[in-house]
Amino acid sequence: MEYTILILLLPFVSFLFLGLAGMKLRPVVAGAIGTAVLAVVAVLSYTTAWEYFSAGRDAAGLYPTLMPWNTVWLPISGDLHIDLGILLDPISVMMLVVISTVSLMVHIYSFGYMKGERGFQRYYAFLSLFTMSMMGLVVATNIFQMYLFWELVGVSSYLLIGFYYTKPEAIAASKKAFIVTRFADLGFLIGILVHGYYAGTFTFTPAATTLAAGVMIPLALGLMFIGGAGKSAMFPLHIWLPDAMEGPTPVSALIHAATMVVAGVYLVARMFPLFIGYAPEVLHWTAYIGAFTALYAAVVACVQSDIKRVLAFSTISQIGFMIVALGVCTSNDPHTGGLGYMASMFHLFTHAMFKALLFLGAGAIIHAVHSNEMSTMGGLRKYMPLTHITFLVACLAIAGIWPFSGFFSKDEILTACFSFSPVMGWVMTAIAGLTAFYMFRLYYGIFWGRENRELHAEHTPHEAPFTMTLPLLILAAVTCVAGFIPFGQFVSADGLPYTIHIDGSVATLSLCVAVVAIALATWMYAREKQPVADRLAERFSGLHRAAYHRFYIDEVYQFITHRVIFACISTPIAWFDRHVVDGFLNLLATATNGASCLIRQMQSGSVQRYCIWFLGGALGLTILILFIC
Amino acid sequence: MNILSLFPAVPLVMMLGLWLSKSRRQIHAVMVVGSSVLLALAVWLVFHYLGLREAGETAQMLLTKSVMWYAPLHIHYAVGVDGISVAMLLLSAIIVFTGTFASWQMQKDVKAYFLWFCLLSVGVFGFFISVDLFTMFMFYEVALIPMYLLIGVWGSGRKEYSAMKLTLMLMGGSALLLIGILGIYFGAGATTMNVQEIAALHNIPVQLQRIWFPLVFVGFGVLGALFPFHTWSPDGHASAPTAVSMLHAGVLMKLGGYGCFRVAMYLLPEAAHELSWIFIILTTISVVYGAFSACVQTDLKYINAYSSVSHCGLVLFAILMMNTTASTGAILQMLSHGLMTALFFALIGMIYGRTHTRDVRQLSGLMKVMPFLAVGYVIAGLANLGLPGLSGFVAEMTIFNGAFMNDDTFHRVVTVIACTSIVITAVYILRVVGKILYGTCENPEHLKLSDATWDERFAVICLIVAIAGMGLAPLWVSDMIRGSVSELIAHILS
Repeated sequence: MEYTILILLLPFVSFLFLGLAGMKLRPVVAGAIGTAVLAVVAVLSYTTAWEYFSAGRDAAGLYPTLMPWNTVWLPISGDLHIDLGILLDPISVMMLVVISTVSLMVHIYSFGYMKGERGFQRYYAFLSLFTMSMMGLVVATNIFQMYLFWELVGVSSYLLIGFYYTKPEAIAASKKAFIVTRFADLGFLIGILVHGYYAGTFTFTPAATTLAAGVMIPLALGLMFIGGAGKSAMFPLHIWLPDAMEGPTPVSALIHAATMVVAGVYLVARMFPLFIGYAPEVLHWTAYIGAFTALYAAVVACVQSDIKRVLAFSTISQIGFMIVALGVCTSNDPHTGGLGYMASMFHLFTHAMFKALLFLGAGAIIHAVHSNEMSTMGGLRKYMPLTHITFLVACLAIAGIWPFSGFFSKDEILTACFSFSPVMGWVMTAIAGLTAFYMFRLYYGIFWGRENRELHAEHTPHEAPFTMTLPLLILAAVTCVAGFIPFGQFVSADGLPYTIHIDGSVATLSLCVAVVAIALATWMYAREKQPVADRLAERFSGLHRAAYHRFYIDEVYQFITHRVIFACISTPIAWFDRHVVDGFLNLLATATNGASCLIRQMQSGSVQRYCIWFLGGALGLTILILFIC
Repeated sequence: MNILSLFPAVPLVMMLGLWLSKSRRQIHAVMVVGSSVLLALAVWLVFHYLGLREAGETAQMLLTKSVMWYAPLHIHYAVGVDGISVAMLLLSAIIVFTGTFASWQMQKDVKAYFLWFCLLSVGVFGFFISVDLFTMFMFYEVALIPMYLLIGVWGSGRKEYSAMKLTLMLMGGSALLLIGILGIYFGAGATTMNVQEIAALHNIPVQLQRIWFPLVFVGFGVLGALFPFHTWSPDGHASAPTAVSMLHAGVLMKLGGYGCFRVAMYLLPEAAHELSWIFIILTTISVVYGAFSACVQTDLKYINAYSSVSHCGLVLFAILMMNTTASTGAILQMLSHGLMTALFFALIGMIYGRTHTRDVRQLSGLMKVMPFLAVGYVIAGLANLGLPGLSGFVAEMTIFNGAFMNDDTFHRVVTVIACTSIVITAVYILRVVGKILYGTCENPEHLKLSDATWDERFAVICLIVAIAGMGLAPLWVSDMIRGSVSELIAHILS
């Protein structure tokens, strides 16, 4: 399957071409080139997936791990070297399909959404760069290649968030996203260094003997998880993601909903054998972090008024679900204990589709009303029927309603949670209910509820053009059927086929919770007058305000960066450098200067003064000689 | 004639040509031809060197040549190259070549300017090919003196102060260096000045090494921006004209790291072992301190100068880690820092030439006004903060991996501290990029400015290609350096 290299090379070439020559091309041509390349990449990815899974399992009943390409890129020492290559195994192939699908949809969608924007060509160049980096990340043959593309993904995200580079908010958001994830990557890097040193290799399958010697492996994995938590916006490193919504909406759909933000989940899944084998306690800690993040984000999402922010927090919350699913795996029984792994990957897959759909839908809505605020919407179902239906499908999927895809994956996650501990199960079920509630609050807020008639009369919202609705329809169709994919047959913790069977009690419970939550949201938000919601907001105004301001986590960071790091570290250091280190030198120079001024007086040119110096000197010397003798 | 002697000889011939030339046009012609010849020579040397190694040459120094110069002190004009010097020669040639184009618009007294510029390159090239301590020292001095005039006459701002400060500090360093070199010479029995031969003798008593090592290390360290001897750098860079900043930060500061490795560590290995911890602490401070200082500067050149303190600190830091990987990383970092900082200074010079300010508070929205320069600046910034695919990543990752291989707590802790610089670097780079390039252009005067001219574009593109080339395919250069570094390290550890 040597052709898989094209999956990386084609977008890279497209990036270089559009980046260098793009401005000379007409926008449509540049966009068409980018989209055509992506279409080829998507076809190649599907072919790869088809060939890989149809080749069947090997004698041990596992799908083989293939490495069609692998070359040394940079040697580190005798045994350690950074390789670049392509690794195909069930999860990387699954990710190829996810990324190329969503990316292709976003490419097509952007034709309509970005039409007439300045820098259209640059936009497509960056999209190509992102796709290349993300593909390189998932097919990495070793942890260092993953880190390498990880950084590239971060930069493409930075460039795309800051696409509207004249907007101060966009600049600030892109900077914040990059620096926060960079900070997390520091943990990742140190984790890699520790892992490389003790495991003696950067590959994902170190020899068991070297691992047994390294008691540092749990530490290494913990540090790597910090990197993953940064990219995947786990609490308290989540602060960049809501701000990242300043980027163009298709970018949010691609990077900040479907692909890049799940890189942390993918990282844990990639290192899963090590986690489960050598550091199960670290793995369980990730579950607690994931659960807390899921809860926190769900609460915040309930009160946000910017639709993209609601979706951003819902993304954070859903990634929390995936991390929890991975974290609740146990090593007691590799087959059923690893249910969470399968569930997490399944949810990653379904979530990518319906969350991309939600974001693209939100993009169509923003395109129609020219605002992100819910107050400018309401009653849009009349104007945008296609968007309305597809958005509803996605909402039902994320709420976990049968037969939409989210139901199946979330159900597996909850089953895994319940088998880990009942507390975890109940907590996650409650958060699932919260998810259904805030998603339908959003849905009613946009399509029903209070309509902003003044605004709509002035500027009637209209359905999006075909290039934008086509991806919506495709993704909606995928969302409807994806749940029926026998996902466990392809991906599972131990590689053996896992037959998904719906656990009746858990399924009933989660369905009931979701239905109740939706009913509640309908009662509160579906109508023109919303007395209950308003009263609640008033009654708990403190909580409401705190949640609206995301519990002031951003302010804490603001304080630390500006008041502590800038004001208490950087400024004093700069002052110290100029006034103490340099001041000492200037003092030396002044002292030398002063001394020479003093000595200069001896050479004044007046004979009388020379005489005095001569006599004084002679006298002094005589006394000295007499004294010594 | 030895092929290596062409490196200092070509700039000498160029000086003659400049002296004879009558017009600006002729001066430019001499410079372009000369620096192209140098670049071609350097590229040829790389291939030739790799070819010789491929053919099985195992001698540590290739293309050696030694001519007696002053017999009583055993001073020879002795030249030779290994992988490290070849890499440095290539770097110097690239910087001289692009520096020529970056000085294209220079108006004031062009002839004298380029004459000094050429003399500076004589010193730089001579230094990297020398294997004799005294010859090395002589070329080192030749490289320092023209700096005084270049900054003092063609500079900007507080140029006299800066030129004086820079020269005096570096001269102070050379004074220490001279004592150290004489100490090494006499300590090794006063029979030879040749670096290889002294290393082979390996007979300097340890108690003497303890005295000479700090002197030599600090002597070279001053030029390598070792804390607390780095303060010449911000003022010096800020006042220097564009091409001089490029050459100075790009190449001259590398003389420091190169000398520390080749002379201090290599000839005084026992003392290096004993005393490295002091300097590791100082370099770690350099790395973090430089980066933090850069965060709050307002002058573009100051930001870059402090960033150089941080990155060059990393070079010395890696050398002190005393293993092949880290030291290879150090040489890679010299290359990478040389290229990207030259690019930075070139771009800052071009922006300054248009806006007449380097104050970040007065610049904004340049992306719309001068897209080419702005994109170049973003690329330089990304290289600086270690983006994979550009040179910084390769060097930094080699260094961090190498440093982490020392498995004691002290080395581990300083490595982690040094690693934090990747975050702080991101902070100051993105701060500047966001401030001066993005946003809307607030100064109406700036809206009328033009983008880069062809000569500027050419210089910028050359540097970007070199940075990307090294970042995308680091294997050959890393292998070339590693081969030579491992021999030096083997000696240091023996």
